[in-house]
Amino acid sequence: MRRWRCVICDFEYDEALGMPEDGIAPGTRWEDVPDSWSCPDCGAPKAEFQMVEVAEA
Amino acid sequence: MQQSLPGNWRDRKRYLWLLGILAMALPLIGGGLVQATGLSLFWWFAPLFVYLGVPALDFIFGEDRNNPPEAVVPALERDRYYRWAVYAAVPVEYASLIWAAWVAATQSLHWYEYLGLSISVGMTTGIAIAVAHELGHKTNPFEQWLAKLALAPTGYGHFYSEHNRGHHVRVATPEDPASSRYGESFYAFLPRTILGGMRSAIAIEKARMARRGHGFWHWRNDVLNAWVMTPILFAGLVAWLGWMALPFLLIQAVYGFSLLEVVNYLEHYGLCRKKLPSGRYERCQPVHSWNSNHIFSNIFLYGLERHSDHHAHPLRGYEALRHFDDSPQLPNGYAGMILLAYCPPLWFAVMNPRVQAHYRGDLRSANVKPALRLATSAA
Repeated sequence: MRRWRCVICDFEYDEALGMPEDGIAPGTRWEDVPDSWSCPDCGAPKAEFQMVEVAEA
Repeated sequence: MQQSLPGNWRDRKRYLWLLGILAMALPLIGGGLVQATGLSLFWWFAPLFVYLGVPALDFIFGEDRNNPPEAVVPALERDRYYRWAVYAAVPVEYASLIWAAWVAATQSLHWYEYLGLSISVGMTTGIAIAVAHELGHKTNPFEQWLAKLALAPTGYGHFYSEHNRGHHVRVATPEDPASSRYGESFYAFLPRTILGGMRSAIAIEKARMARRGHGFWHWRNDVLNAWVMTPILFAGLVAWLGWMALPFLLIQAVYGFSLLEVVNYLEHYGLCRKKLPSGRYERCQPVHSWNSNHIFSNIFLYGLERHSDHHAHPLRGYEALRHFDDSPQLPNGYAGMILLAYCPPLWFAVMNPRVQAHYRGDLRSANVKPALRLATSAA
């Protein structure tokens, strides 16, 4: 499971946790997060996220 | 050359955006008018124009509720012209600042002329924070650097980090120092936002540097590398022009950042996001910022007054910002609203009923000053 960080505000999307309040189930891979999804903290689009680390699932 | 856009849509505001550059030249225009007429009054040209002229022009020209069709937005955002229209403002800001510092230090002005010139430049360097704001939201290093340069005259370099990583995250919540509360006067808000913003910026950069394995004192710290430009700039001007330039520099800086803060005051007054069961706040929607479509002041501030769309979609370029019918609307542009904010009884008389109407009379959903909240819950 990997984590992705918003380059604007540093919010992290963790694949293990997903984003249930946006209808993104825990375990959802980054590739499967819809392109229309945006940072829940600062509103930056998905394209403005960078992978920060690769950890073992 | 204007590129052809889908559906033959033309941006009627395209060349009007150049007025933003004119805002950076207000002190120079004032100096020219002093030369031409011999009247000292024109040292005060920038505040006269912004406080009296702009609200009148907003009233005369009214609102523009037109939105660019979604189909043309990608082409609008790719068009480099709109970026250059912002870049060009920064050298003009510096031309005004440096010319005025020279005048203040060498032309033996009367105190009321010196003060007028300082306030006029503060008006420009304050408006330049809106320029820095437009630049600072972009992710390319040139624009980020230019944003910090535009902030240096007011000493507000921390705005670059605090605005994106602090204010946008916490906007319209009681935790945000830059979101004003229902019942809070501008004069109570001012020290809270100045100190709160600075404290928050330092904490944000400390945490960011730690995550990257650096200490606070590192050149990549965005508060430090932006702040350092101000003493360099001021020391350079004082070394060149002498101590007479220093009061001018300090007055314009304080006035300039106070102008930004009064704009902060009116952008989210009383508005509040709901807290979700998870403990996070709901996403920022257009209803969490006051919007204004007054065309003249919007052009002057690179669309900053279309603030509802900006907070919901912070990377959208200024030329593509939209009006939403469901976002709360300010009755005038920012310039007119600033005058109200300076006079709290008038501000409360105009804005409190609007906040109440927005929440249909139930202020439990609003961002209310704590003392007032306690009083209403006890009653």
